Amino acid sequence: MIEGASWRRWVFFYIPLTAFIVALLFPFYWMLVTTVRPDGELYRPWNAPNYTPFWTMHPTLEHIKDLLTETLFGTWMFNTMVISIAATAISLFCGLLAGYALSRLKFPFAGSLGTMIFITYLVPQTLLFIPLADIIRNFRLGDSPWALILTYPTFLIPFCTWLMMGYFKSIPKELEECARIDGATRWRAMVYIIFPIAVPGILSAGIFAFTLSWNEFIYALVFLSSPDQKTVPVGVTSELVRGDVFYWGELMAGALLGSIPVAFVYSFFVEHYVASLTGSVKG
Amino acid sequence: MTFTTLATPTAYAGSPRRGPVTRLLEDERWLALVLLLPTIALLGLFIAYPFFKGVELSVTDAKVGVPGKFVGLQNFEQIWNDGIFHVAVWNTCVYTAITTVLKLALGLWLALLLNNNFKGKAFTRAFILLPFIIPTVLSTLAWKWMFDPTFSVINWMLYQLGIIHSRINWLGDPNLALVSVIIVNVWRGVPFYAISLLAGLQTISPELHEAAAIDGARAWQRFRHVTWPLLLPVTLVIVLFSVIQTFADFQLVYVLTGGGPANATQLFATYAYQIGIGTGLLSQGATISLAVFPVLLLVVIVQLLYIRRVETH
Repeated sequence: MIEGASWRRWVFFYIPLTAFIVALLFPFYWMLVTTVRPDGELYRPWNAPNYTPFWTMHPTLEHIKDLLTETLFGTWMFNTMVISIAATAISLFCGLLAGYALSRLKFPFAGSLGTMIFITYLVPQTLLFIPLADIIRNFRLGDSPWALILTYPTFLIPFCTWLMMGYFKSIPKELEECARIDGATRWRAMVYIIFPIAVPGILSAGIFAFTLSWNEFIYALVFLSSPDQKTVPVGVTSELVRGDVFYWGELMAGALLGSIPVAFVYSFFVEHYVASLTGSVKG
Repeated sequence: MTFTTLATPTAYAGSPRRGPVTRLLEDERWLALVLLLPTIALLGLFIAYPFFKGVELSVTDAKVGVPGKFVGLQNFEQIWNDGIFHVAVWNTCVYTAITTVLKLALGLWLALLLNNNFKGKAFTRAFILLPFIIPTVLSTLAWKWMFDPTFSVINWMLYQLGIIHSRINWLGDPNLALVSVIIVNVWRGVPFYAISLLAGLQTISPELHEAAAIDGARAWQRFRHVTWPLLLPVTLVIVLFSVIQTFADFQLVYVLTGGGPANATQLFATYAYQIGIGTGLLSQGATISLAVFPVLLLVVIVQLLYIRRVETH
């Protein structure tokens, strides 16, 4: 705690912390207010008299209703869910196996392979999206969920592998050796002894991977084109703007509802999420 | 295999029940190969192959649906002389430099605040990460609405506080547009810096601080000579990681300004998108996005050297 007089505590601690919290959370509050504010109140000039921007006396669910009945929002949610879960499952499978191999087994080029996977972790999606779009087209995967289910693992596997490597290193080798002395094969010792212990690590990696897939934008924007194939981030930004007209009520309702699944997963596993976030940086 | 004679349960034992596959998997090298195969296949197909494809595209004149023929370095020459590309390079550098400094400073400040013990700490920490975990394009849309030329709530607040008298055109004015984009990037990035640095701070033993305090070090001196040197390694990793992400940023600018007005917020990625996907000039788009590569390479080299140094110490 900040030492000294109570004014010092206010000036150096409470006021700055409150300012940070307000600034960081205000946009979400603004999403919520806009969602429930009727259109008549929404489009008032910023310097109009008697303007109460921070709340409304006439909350309405009109925008949410419009969003759910007159747009493909439900379809986008479903698409995003399927793609995120599938991509996460593939990445966890690959990352778990690769992480085990790189942290436990001795084989030629183990070091350089680990380095290469680490480098792919740093490759941003924007470096490769144009040639990748061409490849997706050539593979005839364009405009299908498979385009994303197969490409999302490229940025998920490296960090899953990295995270699992760290986790496996913390599990004592003796556990495996005991199992092998009792006659278990390498494969069985790995699957039945080590993997169950690694469940917390798998959970962390899975939560992180799920939120990253849910948030991904550029691949989804480039690889999908039909409105009913889109994911939430792409659908909301492209389909809810007609011409030059922004329907802010529906847009904010879409932003709010589209954030709920990640916020939900996150709220249940904050500790796991933070562990993987900091773990992924520390490497 | 020397232990097999000790084995009791026959189901596990290295007895004739073991098939050839099981025996092969007992060899570490074969097992490693099997375990790494799915990863190598996916990363090879969708990272290594596109990378070479991108290099190949950059020396042809391919368009969407047209394979294109070899043109040498013509594309590179073209972007070298392209005024908009120069603007994009400049914007990307300014954007990355300013946001990185601000994110680090504010993130460190927030981390130090959160490192105190106070009521509701876990709760606060959980809420503070929201800007980072909520889909960026969705929160950016909220910012776009907050920056709206006619209905901006930020303008309303500033007007009520008596700071401004006429409206600020946040996204329409070329200079302000870049400022606006920087504000949103910093807003989104500060939580990541803060939480990662907080994790670093928590590994520093409080005893060091106590010892320094007993020796008469003031708060600032304790930070400067105890906290900061110990925090430096994790800070470096976070900054390098964030520099790559910011340098290659796309979604934030795409939603907020689309690179406008008049290319004032055009970045590498948005320009590559505009040329490569918007107008379908695949080869030129690929050339522009390859421009990120030298920066990536530099960061990777620094990272690898740094990791090696840490490992050898």
